[in-house]
Amino acid sequence: MTEVGSAKRRRTAGSGSTSATQRSIYPTWFYLPAGVLYLIFFAVPTFASFWFSLTRWTLFDTEFIGLDNFVQFFAEPQLSRGFLNTLIYGFVTSGAKVVLGLALAVLLTSQLVGRGYLRSVVFFPVLVSTIGVGITFKALLDPFDGVVNTMLATFGIEGPGWFTDPNQALLTIAAVDVWKGLGIATLIYIAGIVAIPQEYYEAARVDGAGAWRQFRSITLPLVQPATATVIILSLIGGLRSFDLIWATTGGGPGFTSDVIGSVIYKQYQAGFYGLSTAGNVILFLVVTAIMVPVSLLLNRKEVDR
Amino acid sequence: MRRAGSRATGIVAIAVSVVVFLVPFAFIFLTASKDASSASRLEFTWPTQWAFTENLTEVLTTRDGIVVRAFLNSTVLTVVSVAVMVVLAAMVGYLLQRRKSRLNPVVNFFVLAGLIVPPAVVPTIWVLQQTGLFKTMPGLILIEATFGLSFCVLLFRAFVATIPRELDEAAIIDGAGPLRLFFAVILPLLRPVIITIVVVQAVNVFNDFTNPLYFLPGDENATVQLTLYNFQSQMVSQFNLLFMDILLITVPPLVMYIFFNRQIVAGMTSGAVKG
Repeated sequence: MTEVGSAKRRRTAGSGSTSATQRSIYPTWFYLPAGVLYLIFFAVPTFASFWFSLTRWTLFDTEFIGLDNFVQFFAEPQLSRGFLNTLIYGFVTSGAKVVLGLALAVLLTSQLVGRGYLRSVVFFPVLVSTIGVGITFKALLDPFDGVVNTMLATFGIEGPGWFTDPNQALLTIAAVDVWKGLGIATLIYIAGIVAIPQEYYEAARVDGAGAWRQFRSITLPLVQPATATVIILSLIGGLRSFDLIWATTGGGPGFTSDVIGSVIYKQYQAGFYGLSTAGNVILFLVVTAIMVPVSLLLNRKEVDR
Repeated sequence: MRRAGSRATGIVAIAVSVVVFLVPFAFIFLTASKDASSASRLEFTWPTQWAFTENLTEVLTTRDGIVVRAFLNSTVLTVVSVAVMVVLAAMVGYLLQRRKSRLNPVVNFFVLAGLIVPPAVVPTIWVLQQTGLFKTMPGLILIEATFGLSFCVLLFRAFVATIPRELDEAAIIDGAGPLRLFFAVILPLLRPVIITIVVVQAVNVFNDFTNPLYFLPGDENATVQLTLYNFQSQMVSQFNLLFMDILLITVPPLVMYIFFNRQIVAGMTSGAVKG
């Protein structure tokens, strides 16, 4: 009893001098260490990139050439193709992760045989390195020796040249990306679904709502925050993608599966630092132009509810 | 009826999961256990001769044990950078939630920018060169820590809101300074979300390929992902060793996950989704 009493007294004593104590208990310099790292290794390079993208740059000296890098980027098909591919890749992967992640999460929160096993097995690929996943699927989807096409052949189906067909390569990589990243989306959706009070479903069942109706009218609107998280994370990841593409096709065949990320690396390797940085600025603009409206839209919906 | 239906769905789901998720893992394991010539056929078959231990020792000893060195490098990189980002991000998240000031919108803006904006690669290399950190382990550690900050801050900020303010005031009355308050009272209470962040970010940093590729090139301080990448080009005919390397690299994240499985979901629920 005395414990509670003294705690109360403390609280009143504290709140009496809030502004004075606030200054001392929560010192602003707590921002400082993180702020310094952020400034040096993130903000400075980002701002510098706007300048360097306008130059012909050899790391030793820079020559101002205006917008030439950007003109070149959009004039050369092997560079501008990466721009289009980035958009396709970002939207395909994040769309698939939303749909499949939600479907799997609904399945994995229902009464199901082997639920625990299924939950862990879906999450497994998240733990494997992207490069490892890329190498594995390159072997599995080999057009001649690969396991998948050999299997298909036994059913009399001629499998496509997954990574070697120019029309197919980008979508194959997107599918592998979904295979690898689905576990995260499913996990976020499971967390969202578990948080929905069971009473809503009971009430709906009393009113005679079937499974589909319950999903449409209760689950779907109430997992909106989870959907926002999944869309934002997977879009950011998809638009910035590089390593899986590099491990599987290296942007090929030709440059049909190049994205901005791989163009940046190729130009960097070739020593065109200015052009490479221009690619970075374009990526920056693309990601910002898409993410700002998307996150505003998703957050507004959340407030409305 | 309902029960029979759900049992059927469960069995179908298990069958699909075996084909979609387990076959690739079995393929990695089986190929890693074969001898070079049968591994090169890329078939999904039982090895005629188990060469698991031979392949293991061969991967570990190739090129003066570069894989072992890479494991050490990756471990140092992961442990130090995750420790740095957890402490620094916790300080920011804590202050951001606790202290209402005109600085908050500015900090929030930078946190979101850090999450969304793709890092500018070559200018970052330029900064690293200016500071003498290019191609050094400390340089890469600071880079990984910086790039992970935003995500951690978001989770911490959401979680600090669940810790009652009265606790802070009680500690202050008991004579704790701001540093004592944060490190001795607040930080231990953040444990659930710290575990989530440590696991997620450790897997991220350990599996990161892009940043070591750009910022830490060279064989003597290669990380495990770079050895994999180098093996891929050098060992096209030795798939058994390549897949043994994949297998080895998967072990640390897997062990972490098995240990912290439950806590990850709990931390995600408290932070990411409601945040």
